[in-house]
Amino acid sequence: MKMSGIWQKFRQVMPKGLKDFPNYGEGVERYNLLRKNFVLIVCATAIIPLLLMAVINYYQYQSVLKEEIVNPLRRLITTTKHSLELFLSERESTLRLLIRERTFEELSSQARLNFIFQSLKAEFPEFVDLGLIDASGLQRSYSGPYELKGKNYKNQDWFQEVQLRGVYVSDVFLGYRKFPHFVIAIKRDTVEGDFYVLRATIDTEKFNELISTISLKPGSDVFLIDRDGILQTPSRHHGSVLEKVTFPIPPMSLEAVIGQTKDHHGEHLFGYAYLQQAAFILVLIKEPGEVMAGWFTLKIELLLLLVVSVAVIVIVSLRTTGLLVDRIKEADQKRESLYAEMEHTGKLASLGRLAAGVAHEINNPLAIINEKAGLLKDLVDLSKKYHDRKKLMEQADSILRSVSRCREITHRLLGFAKRMDVKVETIYLNELLQEVLGFLEKEAFHRSVMVSLNLAPDLGPIAHDRGQLQQVFLNIINNAFDAVEDGGNITITTKESDADPGTVEVAFADDGRGIHPNDLKHIFDPFYSSGKEQGTGLGLSISYGIVAKCGGDIRVESEVGKGSTFTVVLPQKCTMA
Amino acid sequence: MAEYRVLLVDDEEEFVSALSERLELRGIEVDSALNGEDALAIMVEKTFEVVILDLMMPGLGGLEVLKQIKSAHPNTQVILLTGHGATKEGIEGMRLGAFDYLIKPVDIEEMLEKMKAAARTVGTG
Repeated sequence: MKMSGIWQKFRQVMPKGLKDFPNYGEGVERYNLLRKNFVLIVCATAIIPLLLMAVINYYQYQSVLKEEIVNPLRRLITTTKHSLELFLSERESTLRLLIRERTFEELSSQARLNFIFQSLKAEFPEFVDLGLIDASGLQRSYSGPYELKGKNYKNQDWFQEVQLRGVYVSDVFLGYRKFPHFVIAIKRDTVEGDFYVLRATIDTEKFNELISTISLKPGSDVFLIDRDGILQTPSRHHGSVLEKVTFPIPPMSLEAVIGQTKDHHGEHLFGYAYLQQAAFILVLIKEPGEVMAGWFTLKIELLLLLVVSVAVIVIVSLRTTGLLVDRIKEADQKRESLYAEMEHTGKLASLGRLAAGVAHEINNPLAIINEKAGLLKDLVDLSKKYHDRKKLMEQADSILRSVSRCREITHRLLGFAKRMDVKVETIYLNELLQEVLGFLEKEAFHRSVMVSLNLAPDLGPIAHDRGQLQQVFLNIINNAFDAVEDGGNITITTKESDADPGTVEVAFADDGRGIHPNDLKHIFDPFYSSGKEQGTGLGLSISYGIVAKCGGDIRVESEVGKGSTFTVVLPQKCTMA
Repeated sequence: MAEYRVLLVDDEEEFVSALSERLELRGIEVDSALNGEDALAIMVEKTFEVVILDLMMPGLGGLEVLKQIKSAHPNTQVILLTGHGATKEGIEGMRLGAFDYLIKPVDIEEMLEKMKAAARTVGTG
């Protein structure tokens, strides 16, 4: 029930030519349609799963590769980000600790600060300087390479920001000594409601070290930028410190993000993450390396495999379908010719029965005519009183001769009818040929066609089916009659084969119009007709069938304009089962 | 001149009448019947040396009549009349004891010869 439902569905989408075959289409078109639909269906059923598999494979490989490429990158960025963050928070914490543990007095004392800075620098050499700024923005003490004591920061942006937020991390900038560094400032509120700020400058060299340790592979570029796209650390391919990068600033994300970018160098893997404390963005740009090259080859191979497979499927389906359809065509033709042959044989059989019936029916009145005329003759013969007895006798004799002729005809008809039944019997070929010619005497006479017999007098008997051989000979002689002009010549020769003793050859030679070489090739094909006369196109086909069945052969030699010779070769004995 | 008597059995009246007249003209004593039943009835009353029997008859068929004649009158010779196509029946008739057979339309001389030969066997037998 369910299956039949599915089948019904399938039938609905099936091409029309397939489900209605063989009723759909006409002649050759029908087979072309069948061929087309077969190929379509075979290709579709083979290629669609193939395509699906290829697509699935593609995505699977892609995801595997992603795991292989993207995830390490992500990890790399995340670890780097963490270590950078840790670096920053460590410095920040150190300053926070300092500002909390030391009193304002202590920090504002230049000597103390120098001491503190020395011990700080011993621990963290990247600290460049350290200074204390009071609420008015005045640098109260300063320890470092520059003369910044007494400088007022009141109106600077960073001072405003540290007042507001309590902590400030600056962008990288080039200081007086022209090396990149940045500033961390921490604010502390006093119990009196006042505040002061501890400010330290940090050399970014350490940043660079941190970053360069993580990725030294050629083709990789790791650097920090700020939110305006200004490089904070040197990059390999995207400019040096404080230059602006060419690519757009990626959207905010604390998590590592891996993507792809394209520039004039080609495709790149692009990864980044925002640092938590500062307005820094860690950027990683990686040229597609070997793994990506592998992916590329894989893509090509996959595509190649797909194309080759599809080509093979198409070719194979074309070839097999071609073969299949040819077979179907052949089978159809065979079946058709068989039907036609059967029909023809059936026609002949009913014709035979009709002939037999007619012959029987005519025989009775013929017998009466015969006896009446005989009686007439007897009466005239015995009596002396007729003056015209000679003339009367002549009339009676004429009637009797006609009866005799009629009898010949009915005999022949009956013989013809009887021979419809297949039966192997002893046959004298010469006699058989003369019998067959008896049917055609009248036509030969009317058309003045000269039929010469050149019969081997010592030709022995052969064992064949009389009726069928008659049919074969009648057919060939009929064809010869059709081929010759009025007044033409037909020569029938019988002889024992020189090459194969025991085999008998009957040659029918005419001087008719001959057969074109193109037609000669198809002369024994069923339904093949030269088109010049009406006919079933079956005569020679059936004849050949009959002879071949018995192990014989029909040979044809012909020259256009000169005539044809059909030679029937018959074995001594029909080998038909 | 009447050396033997002949019974002519055929369903075609015209044929029978003409043929019997011809035979009578040749001095042969001929009786005729138009079917098998009549023939057998006549043969009860009269004796014939030769019976000319058509094989194709309505009613009692030729072969059946032949069988009955051969069993009732073993000394009577039967000559069969057949059409050309009916050789099978002719052969069957010969097997059943017919003396000879003739193919219609009959040649009178051939018929006379065969009848004579048949009558001779009866005469000697």
